[in-house]
Amino acid sequence: MLHGYLPAILDGLQTSLKVAATSLAIACVFGLLGATAKLSGPPWMRRLVDAYTTVIRGVPELALMLIVFYGGQTLVNWAVQKMGGDYVEVPAFAAGVLTIGFVFGAYMTETFRGAILAIPVGQLEAASAVGMNRVQVLQRITLPQMIRHAIPGFTNNWLVMIKATALVSIIGLDDMMQRAGLAAAATREPLTFYLTVAGIYLAITTVSIVLLGWVERRYSVGVRRAPTGL
Amino acid sequence: MIDWSIIAGSLPDFLAGLKVTLGLLAISLATGLLLSVPLAVARVSSNPWVSRPVWLYTYVIRGTPLLVQLFIVYYGFAQIDFVRHSALWDLFKNAWFCAWFAFALNTTAYTTEIIAGALKATPHGEIEAARSVGMSSFSLYARILLPSALRRALPQYGNEAVGMMHATAIASTVTLVDLTRVARDVYANHLVTVEAFGTVAIFYFVLTFALVGLFKVAEHYGLRHLRAQTERSTVAISGAEMKTK
Repeated sequence: MLHGYLPAILDGLQTSLKVAATSLAIACVFGLLGATAKLSGPPWMRRLVDAYTTVIRGVPELALMLIVFYGGQTLVNWAVQKMGGDYVEVPAFAAGVLTIGFVFGAYMTETFRGAILAIPVGQLEAASAVGMNRVQVLQRITLPQMIRHAIPGFTNNWLVMIKATALVSIIGLDDMMQRAGLAAAATREPLTFYLTVAGIYLAITTVSIVLLGWVERRYSVGVRRAPTGL
Repeated sequence: MIDWSIIAGSLPDFLAGLKVTLGLLAISLATGLLLSVPLAVARVSSNPWVSRPVWLYTYVIRGTPLLVQLFIVYYGFAQIDFVRHSALWDLFKNAWFCAWFAFALNTTAYTTEIIAGALKATPHGEIEAARSVGMSSFSLYARILLPSALRRALPQYGNEAVGMMHATAIASTVTLVDLTRVARDVYANHLVTVEAFGTVAIFYFVLTFALVGLFKVAEHYGLRHLRAQTERSTVAISGAEMKTK
């Protein structure tokens, strides 16, 4: 099938998924840190995070990726040269996942912040009134409910992010897109290979929607839904 | 540290790139808006033979990356004999046309869902009132549903417009010399990061805020009738779902 290029494409799929998973983890860390800083950090930290989310959302991911890829290269080499080292190459994988993680960290910041704000203050007061410490409040009250409120936004961010991973081929990562491009050039059948890639992406987004919908229902057990159709 | 002469020297190129970016954005958004109004009406139809195909179209487009869509159009269509040996080839061998085609197809899918969502959110009483005074389905859409839905869709459509503006950067991968391509060329020629990509980031940043400002003004006038009760929810939507692509 696919003139024997299927294994290569699937190999690329593995890279794409690795990029997506690593970026997601980085984005969640940035998102949690950002949301916490925005909600309870000192003013300078809040302003810093505000600047972060504003700037990131104002510039295309591709442009940001090129900045981190080439800029990171320059910065690292400048630092290495100062220490008397030789030329080093920043790996495309690191540049890719750092950029995507950093960019979507800005979106996650907003999602997580909104989710935490959606928890009624009375619940937190009640929790500390019965003697829970801050960690217990976080673990028993904030986190479980925050997850519920965050899932729709999280799903949205993840779907946008998984599609953004296609861009890493531009900075030279051998992901699915890159593999498809090579196969297309070799066989002169670009349509076949790009349609295959499109199909795989569609499968990933479909599975994501189904799984995250299930998670959302799990975490919404015990929440009475407003009657629809009114 | 920053070499201003490189920035000054490449400014004409950046301005030319800006023209390409804005041109692509304008024709893609215009086409998308034109197509998505009838498609949104079809999408909310109670006839599954009408609504399902539109659903499938928006689902497939929204479930795949724009880069893949652009490559299918630009590289892939050449593989189809019918395209290659007909008048269509004159169009599809042109990078401009391909970018416009792919971007318009893409933004149409997102915009259709936005307008369909706004249509579905129309208060039922308005429809009943229109029916009770004897409006036909056509007048119902023309006078009640669409004017109000299109206005209520403004905040989300603003996000889509910004997302599309950012997405035009992808055109740089198919030989078009837009802002991003200019930045990559400046980098390739001078091997300077800040001067090349910092400048382009500022261009995009300013464009983003110009667009956001434009939509703020449009919302100010278009959503005047809703301001008292729903101002807060409008702000929340545009803040939370700014990203679409």
